[in-house]
Amino acid sequence: MLEYDFMRTAFAASGVAAVLAGTVGFFLVLRGQTFAGHALSHVGFTGATGALLFGLSPLAGLVGFTLVAGIGMGLFGEKLAERDVAIGMMLSLALGLGLLFLHFYTAAATQAAALLFGNVLGVDSSALLTLCVLAGASLLALAAIGRPLTFASIQPELAEARGVPMRFVSSAFLAIVAVAVAECAQIVGVLLVFTLMVGPAAAAMNLTRRLGPAVALSAALALAEAWGGLTLAYYTDWPASFWITALSGMVFFGAAARRFAG
Amino acid sequence: MSALSFDQATIRLGRRDILSGASFSVREGEFVGMLGANGAGKTTLMRAALGLVPLAAGSIQVLGRPVARGNPAIGYMPQNRGAISALRLTGWDVVASAALGRRFGFARLDRAARREIDWALDEVGARDLARRSIGELSGGERQRVLLSQALLGRPRLLLLDEPLISLDPAHQKSVVEIARRICDDLKVAIVFSAHELNPLVNAIDRVLYLGGGAAVIGPVEEVVTAPVLSRLYGAEIEVVRVKDRYFVMAGDVEVEREAHRHDEAHGHAHDHDHDGAHA
Repeated sequence: MLEYDFMRTAFAASGVAAVLAGTVGFFLVLRGQTFAGHALSHVGFTGATGALLFGLSPLAGLVGFTLVAGIGMGLFGEKLAERDVAIGMMLSLALGLGLLFLHFYTAAATQAAALLFGNVLGVDSSALLTLCVLAGASLLALAAIGRPLTFASIQPELAEARGVPMRFVSSAFLAIVAVAVAECAQIVGVLLVFTLMVGPAAAAMNLTRRLGPAVALSAALALAEAWGGLTLAYYTDWPASFWITALSGMVFFGAAARRFAG
Repeated sequence: MSALSFDQATIRLGRRDILSGASFSVREGEFVGMLGANGAGKTTLMRAALGLVPLAAGSIQVLGRPVARGNPAIGYMPQNRGAISALRLTGWDVVASAALGRRFGFARLDRAARREIDWALDEVGARDLARRSIGELSGGERQRVLLSQALLGRPRLLLLDEPLISLDPAHQKSVVEIARRICDDLKVAIVFSAHELNPLVNAIDRVLYLGGGAAVIGPVEEVVTAPVLSRLYGAEIEVVRVKDRYFVMAGDVEVEREAHRHDEAHGHAHDHDHDGAHA
């Protein structure tokens, strides 16, 4: 299957996005912000459909919108209870707007399906380059805020007392999440972003108690699920996104079962 | 110089004065138990000393210097809110997260930092406990691991917010003993807030009692008396002393016991969740 150019590009793109998603997703789960990640992907849908309508690249619209929304959410503050409702409202508002944009865009049906459920085989080499640059920058940024982020995620009250700039850390992290969500949406679509961002991270947390190994395992699982899904899609001709979600679900429930059994 | 001194300090939250013109000071190397009814401002007082709550009037000094957020001379242990008891990370990793918690850039835990973490864990006898997941530890074991975290950076003042909450008497005793030993060994001043005086009474040097916006510090037998507490609570209080146990009564209700029972109900709910998850 690797003799085909589009397959090689698809493997590279899904690999890059999966490693980023697995790494960033670990902190998303650690912070209990998975809902925020989910909402960001819906905002990305608005951005992508808007970009299509105005003749821009959907990837640019996706990244731009999720970034602005992510930073906004971070600045919004730390009060979880109020945030859930606000995020939920933003999520439906974003999907509604996306629907409106699609309504005005003529070639709606195929584009909508690609955005919602991903189209990894449609990634071209220029998009691949963008994905690589964005992923590299995001991973560097994540490493740079890694220590304060971990501290602020595990013990927010203590971190605040020790002088960690909470709002900055939170906004910077959600900006990184935004990029990861946009990358994932390219592979599995905005509706299935959870499968690469949350599934591997949650499974890794059930398999190890050490912080460093858990992050590495989360990235490795995401990569294995993405490549495994792509391979299965090639041989079955079923959608890659389906296979990735199936593998992610299996790994997650398998890890949970192992934890409860042991 | 005192470890912590409040001078005519007023703290206002919303329209309510939590403290109004309170003055007291904690000496260096002293173990102070902080008591007061729910909402008397024990947590707020600590947060003010950490620079997290602004003063409406007066001033606070920590080791002779004005309050500053992120002051490395203060070790702080916030009240355990239960979120951490659901965490599946080793105690060591949790403690270590504070060690480089303020460092941006590509900070690595070097050998000196690792040794410092092991030292802090040894101080509370939690080196072995820290290999286990923090969520699997019992309440008392978890408090010991988290207490070691407050020792990182070798502070000279420890602010411990309700370390005894929802612990059984045996664990309460061990946490108090460890705090006393840390105070003596490391010559660090400790402010230890609690709902009940009795678990602390034999370990502390002095007691700091909060109530009605005022604060009174002194030896237990001088502060925990009917006239002083009646003034702080703004109600008729009787103090019954049986050997070295104190019972603070308002009418026929034992005030500390009531507050404690309330917390215990919460504590049990947490423990329940926790046990269920590992059954």
